[in-house]
Parts: sequence; structure tokens; C-alpha cells
Amino acid sequence: MTSGNHIVGNSVPRKEGRDKVTGRSQYVDDMVLPNMLFGATVRSQIPRGRIRKITFGPKVAWDEFVIVSAKDIPGKNCIALIGDDQPCLANEFVNHPEEPILLLAHPDRHVLPTAVESITIEYDPLPAIFTIEESERCSEIVWGEDNIFKTYLIEKGEVDGVWAKADSIVEGEYTTGAQEQLYIENNGMIAAFDAAGGITVWGSLQCPYYIHKALMALCDLPAEKVRVVQMETGGAFGGKEEYPSMIAAHAALLAMKSGRPVKIIYDRMEDMAATTKRHPSRTRIRTAVSKDGKILGGEIDFTIDGGAYATLSSVVLSRGAIHAGGPYDWPSVRIRAKAVATNAPPHGAFRGFGAPQSLFAMERHMDRVAQAVGLSPVEIRRRNFLQPGQTTTTEQVVREPIDLGKLLDRALEASEYHSKKQRFANENQSGTFRKGMGIAAFLHGAGFTGSGERYLSSVVGVEGCADGSVRVLVSSTEFGQGTKTVLSQIAAEALGLSYESVSMAQPDTLEVPNSGPTVASRTVMVVGKLVQSAAWGIRQTLISSNLLRDAYTVDEFRAACQRYVAAHGEFRSWSRYEAPSDIFWDDQKYRGEAYAAFAWAVYVAEVTVDLTTYSVAVEDFVALQEVGKVLHPLFARGQIIGGVAQAIGFSLYEKVVWQNGRMQNSQMTNYIMPTSSDLPPIRVLFEELGNVYGAYGAKGIGELPMDGPAPAILNAVEDALGVRFDSIPLLPEEIMNRLNLDGLNLDGLAASSGYSDSGAESIGGVR
Amino acid sequence: MSDSRDGRAKVEISFTVNGELRTLHAYPMERLLDVLRQQLKLTGAKEGCGEGECGSCSVLVDGVLVNSCLVPVLQVHGSSVVTIEGLAAGGTLHVVQEAFLECGGAQCGICTPGMILAACHLLNTNPKPTSEEVREGLSGNLCRCTGYSQIVEAVMEAARRRTAA
Repeated sequence: MTSGNHIVGNSVPRKEGRDKVTGRSQYVDDMVLPNMLFGATVRSQIPRGRIRKITFGPKVAWDEFVIVSAKDIPGKNCIALIGDDQPCLANEFVNHPEEPILLLAHPDRHVLPTAVESITIEYDPLPAIFTIEESERCSEIVWGEDNIFKTYLIEKGEVDGVWAKADSIVEGEYTTGAQEQLYIENNGMIAAFDAAGGITVWGSLQCPYYIHKALMALCDLPAEKVRVVQMETGGAFGGKEEYPSMIAAHAALLAMKSGRPVKIIYDRMEDMAATTKRHPSRTRIRTAVSKDGKILGGEIDFTIDGGAYATLSSVVLSRGAIHAGGPYDWPSVRIRAKAVATNAPPHGAFRGFGAPQSLFAMERHMDRVAQAVGLSPVEIRRRNFLQPGQTTTTEQVVREPIDLGKLLDRALEASEYHSKKQRFANENQSGTFRKGMGIAAFLHGAGFTGSGERYLSSVVGVEGCADGSVRVLVSSTEFGQGTKTVLSQIAAEALGLSYESVSMAQPDTLEVPNSGPTVASRTVMVVGKLVQSAAWGIRQTLISSNLLRDAYTVDEFRAACQRYVAAHGEFRSWSRYEAPSDIFWDDQKYRGEAYAAFAWAVYVAEVTVDLTTYSVAVEDFVALQEVGKVLHPLFARGQIIGGVAQAIGFSLYEKVVWQNGRMQNSQMTNYIMPTSSDLPPIRVLFEELGNVYGAYGAKGIGELPMDGPAPAILNAVEDALGVRFDSIPLLPEEIMNRLNLDGLNLDGLAASSGYSDSGAESIGGVR
Repeated sequence: MSDSRDGRAKVEISFTVNGELRTLHAYPMERLLDVLRQQLKLTGAKEGCGEGECGSCSVLVDGVLVNSCLVPVLQVHGSSVVTIEGLAAGGTLHVVQEAFLECGGAQCGICTPGMILAACHLLNTNPKPTSEEVREGLSGNLCRCTGYSQIVEAVMEAARRRTAA
């Protein structure tokens, strides 16, 4: 091995960066195939019902169109994922607005909108349900026997005995709304078919092998006749985890029927209305607390709205349930989690995957517990933090030397929490601006939950090339996070090569093995570790072939690699995931090592509430996290800032307006995400403890920053106004209505000291 | 989209694109964005929303930043259009492109062409902006990846290099 400067830990240039800043990167809509048609989707206009009649309007030359219905599906009419319950095209019944029914293709993309509008579908409507509460009442069964996709029960200790011992019992209910991923590149796919080669799709996507699996089932084709290629992908955030399988399926059906390549590109309205969003949630927490502020035990009911089909809801629910207890020591706890069906388009993956919902509830609840026992938000957390040796709610022992108290202190100091809180308490006595400080402490598990990584059994390849360079073969995708850059760094570091001598294969199922989906903050930690070991395999082969000594220079490696390829041909090393022997998970009892590693964080928000406009501005934001070793400081910081920004949107701006299961504001002009002038400078701090399971000590990082900002911001709003808000998004009209409802005017606010327990919550409050 | 074509004939339109005079036939109300991407194969300008909100289709027309999804192509007849493809001189990156690369201003890259042109426009009108002015100046271009900080830092860095040069 050569010694010298490390490549991991340095902010090397983005692999595909030059193409991105010059506009040369090829996204799917930039690609044109000869003789290509354009596809469009005819969708359900009603939430639930039976299709009675479809009429093709008279003013369209229908013979110019290729038209596909469910009858044209060669294989199984479903989007194969977990439960296979979602049809590719509705045949007889529709279960949500925007459900795909027919597909059209035409050489001129401009005639498609008129054609779609010229098709009339008549239905026999069926009663539909739109909220968690309606679904629970079972007045209408819209899925299975009881509208329930999945439940989990996590139990630790003897909860039923704690209520009698409690000095306080604190209850609260917390809700979060749907959130649109709002990648700036809309979804899109191109498909081409020929009888000999089978089907090929190129698209904007996160998980090539999800699509591969879905197309095999749909088209009734063997694995070798389905090829999926990822194009440059303009943002994803989970929003391109499962829905691209649907679009690929549609493009494939049109390509098979027409015999020509077909491109489907959604416009913004279609993308927002029809594709997945973050699951709306409701969390009820009841905690038994001692008078010195120690949580003795509690019950958490976590419920999410999955929409009309099961899709990924069971796994979103699982992650949400496991994170629901936050970074705290629960001597006993019972967590009941439930995903229910409604007649909205299915909700799906979005950065954080259930954890932002349940952690919002937990971190709002901690402030409520603090008030109940007369402690500060800082002190209540400090007294309940998990310590090394203690166990999480799934009885996973904390083995790493994490010191959450120290993290908290550092975040408080960086944000000048105490001095500002005191100053704001004085300044809030007058004027039209109210300022507040809020904190949130949380954790995020990296990698698939429980046995998930074992089932995935990911494979990674590293290739020694004829020119002596090295190429990494993974299905892990780049969509802004830095996958290509960081996996190249890892391979270069493992082999003692320069960063420039490593390249990344384009994710193409013909070319790369299944390294698993690019989700769950798993790429750097899990796939990176496999890249490292596959790279070592290359070195080992060269050494055992006597082409390379144990110590070598970059030039010697290149020469050895060239000689090996010249003599033996293709030179590839594979590495398959093996679960660490000390990781145990019980799927039945939902107990054990839920994640190989947790990242830990304390975030502090400073807000100003304008009592004239009722708007909330985040003035300062400190994000401190322990994420193992940081492999690329610039990108790691970029991930955290970007996640915090999305979470500020989740908290204060981004409201999906629903009517009968349909999104009413499916445009960027009326669904509002933060602009550069809405956001504060977001200050990012790292602690680096390392992680024995991750490549060069890395943990997952991508989802973590989505979890903490919402509760920190709402805690700060409560600090500013003395009024409690437990639902997000918190828009100005909510604040206005609430302050008016409570009869609070400026004087009233100025006079109130500490917290108001307005009693307006639907249940409990502080008891 | 269809109303740009109904019953109208294509007309001859000439304009300069990245320094080169181009003459083409297009429907007068066709979007500049479509003409750039489809006829001229300049796919650097992206469609994010189609209604002038996201800014990923931004180009410069006679030095002014516009959303090319809202500009009928007839309107640029006789004008000079600069797209992201016209920014790097030969193989050398523009100082703003360089700064975006170094400061982490590009993540997924889809807003990047528009954002870089918006940054160029900003620096042309205000060579030494404060970071607040950069935030205000770029607020018509949406980015979902970065949270903007590293974009703002890139623009500030580009401003330093331009004034130092």
C-alpha cells in the first residue's frame, strides 16, 4: 500500500460535477431515440368506484394513437413491490383519484393533452374515505378486511404497572401532513422493446432493481430480457424509490404494443397530483413521569395514512415506530403502530421514511413533559438521554460511547441558547415580533431495518480495467447526494490509488450487480463497506498472481492491472453483504438490533413570529450531529443543510390541500417550498465517533436532517408565543386562527409569562 | 401548449444563440424553451414547472434573465440568447461554474444551469453583493437539494475571484 494523503475525509471534486455545471449531463428528457413516441396517462377522476364506460371523443384522430388498457398487459397487472396489490392499470375498479386507467402514445407530444381530455370515463361511484379517523371507523372498507395495511407492537418492560407510580401523566396528540418531495426534475421514463432483446427502460430513478423486478412480473419476461438504466437524476428524496416502477411499466406497455420507443415525461401538475408523498401521521403519546423528570414508561400510538394501496407503507411504519421513542431511556414502553388505507393516491418514501413523523411527536411531547414537571426543555432531555449500555425501545443495547449530554451542551453553546432565551423573554414583552428558541434531540438508524440488509444480500463489484484504472459496479444511484464521488473515494482509498483513477459504471442492470436500493441512508455505510472489500479483492488477486508486491506505487498497480487483464481478460471482484455476527433481530417480537448504527443529533432553532402577518421566520439554525466519520466534508454539510431546508418546508410552508383524495394545489405556485430568501444560514457541526460497521467509520447521513427541524421550530414557536401548536405544517392562518380563538391579543401575549396551557387540544393536555 | 400551434403557420425567426446566428422555423408562440431543447438540441435549460416559478429554464436574453418557458420564441427575434452551453469558453469553465463545483453549489444538477445563469446575471448587475443580496437575487430559482447555503457561498466566491482578477 502506498501511504500519503488520505482520500476519504477530503472534499474531492464531484465526479459528475463538470457535466452538471456545463449543462452536459443527460437527464431522461434530454434523451431522444429515433422514431420515438410520447406517452400520456389517462387517470381516474374520482376517488373510488367501478368503471362503467369509456368513450373516446369524436374530435380526435384515434387511429394515430397507440392505446393501452389493462387487457394489454402480458403478465400480472400489478406493480410488484412488497404486497403486489397496486394495479399497473385499473381494470374494473378505481381506488383513488389519479389512478392510471389507459395509456396513449403519439409521435407529437403536443396533441396528447387534448387527447387525454377527450376521453370520458363514466363510473358507478362508491363511498370513499379520506382520513385516518374515517379509515379506523371502518364505516367503509376500502382495503382488505379492516382497512389496515400493517400493524406492529413493540413492548419493553411492564408498562401497565407504571401509571400508579407516576407523579405526572402527560398526554399529547401530534399530527403531520403530507409533503411533496418536489425534486426539480419531474418523473420520466423511456422504454424500447424488441422481441429478441426484450425491454429496456432509461429513466429518472433511485432503484434500478425495483423496476427490474416490476417489469419482469408485468411483462412476463425473464431477468435477462429486462434492462433498466438510470439517467442523470434531478433529485429524488425517496420520491423516485417506488413510483418510477409504475412509469416504467406504462412506457414498457406502450413500447411493446407500438414496437417503437416511448417517452413519458410528467409535467409538474401530474407529478405532484399522481405520485407519492410523505405519509400523513397521527401520534398519541402518554407518559408516566417522576417528579424529578424521569420517564418511567409510556404508550405511543403511531398511525399513518398509506393511501389506497399498501406499496411501502409497512416499512415506513416500521421505521417510524422504531424511532418513536426518540433518543431516550424508556424503562418500559408499548408502541402500537398502524398503517391504514384511505382513497388518496398511495403515500410513499420520502427522506426520513416515517421517522420525521414520529420524532416530531416525541420531541414536541418532551417539551410538554418538561412543563408538567417544571423543568426546562434542556433539563428534561438531559435527564432522560440514552446512555451507553442502556437499551432502545426495541432493547438494542447502545454499544458506542455516545454522550448526548455533551452533544446538547455543544449545540446550546453554538446557538447561544441560554443567553438568547433570556434576552427574548425580556424583549417579547412588547412590539409586534416575538422570538423564541427551541431544541430537538433525535437519532436516525442507518441501513435497512432489522433483518432487511440480510434479505437484500447486496452485491458490489470492482473491476480492474485494461488501461489499469478501476471501475466500481453498483446499482446504487447518484441523485445529488454524492454516491459516485464517495464510493470512488472509498475504492481509491482501499487500493491506495488516486481518486481520478477510479470511475463509476452507469447503473445499468445489464452491467452492474444488485447493490440494493439507494434509500435508507445505506449507501455510504453498507454499500461503501462492500466497495471497500471488493476493492481489496482486486488487490489480493494481483498480489497472489505475483503481479504486485504488498507495498506498491500507483504506477505499479496500474501496470499490474494491465498485465492481469491482458493475460486473463475481464477482471472483476465481487463482495456480498454478510450480516455482522453480533447483530440480532427478532421479526416476530420486533425486538433486537434494529439498525447496525444510529446517527445522533441535537438541533436548535431560533424563530421570530410576526404578529402582524402571523408568519414564522427561522432566524438561525444550529445542526449538530454525530454521524461516524465524515468521508466528504463538503457533501456531508450539503446534505445536512439541504435536509434542514426541506424540513423547514415541512414545518412552516408545505401544505398539501386535499379535496376528496385529490391534491388541489399541485403547482409550484401554490404548493410553496422555501426559496433562498426564506432560509437562514444553517450552521452545521459534526461529532465523529466512528462506526465499526461502516466504510472507514461512516454512518448514514442523508435522512437524519429531516427528523429534527420540525419539532425544534415548533418548540421555538411555543417559546415565542406561549401557545402550543402540535400540528404541521404550521401556516400563518393556523397561528392567526389559534391566537384569535384563544382571545389572545398583543397585550395578552405580552402579559403571559412562561407557557399557556390553553386546553384547546383534543385530548389530555397536561394532567 | 396546443394553442401555440392551432391554425398558425411556422415563421422564420433569427436570433443569436451563444454567439452564433441561428435562423429557424417555429410557431410564433412556441416556447423558447422548447425551441432551444428540441430544435437547437441545447438541453441545458430544463423544464421544472412550466409556469415560471422554479427558474430551471432560465436563460439570458440580451443580458436579461428570463424564464424560457414563458417566452414565445418570436419575442427573441433579433436578440442574443445565452444558455448554459455558451458559458464555458472552450474547455475553460466560467468563474461561476468553477465556484459552483468547488463550493458544493451543484448537487443533483437539475437547477444548476438556471441557477448559474441567474448568478451570472446577478454579478453582472451587482459585482460585489452581500450574501443577503445573493439570497434575494437568486430567490426566483428553486433548489430542493442544497438548502441554498453552498450556492450562496459559490456566488460570493465567484464575486471575490472576479473582482480580484
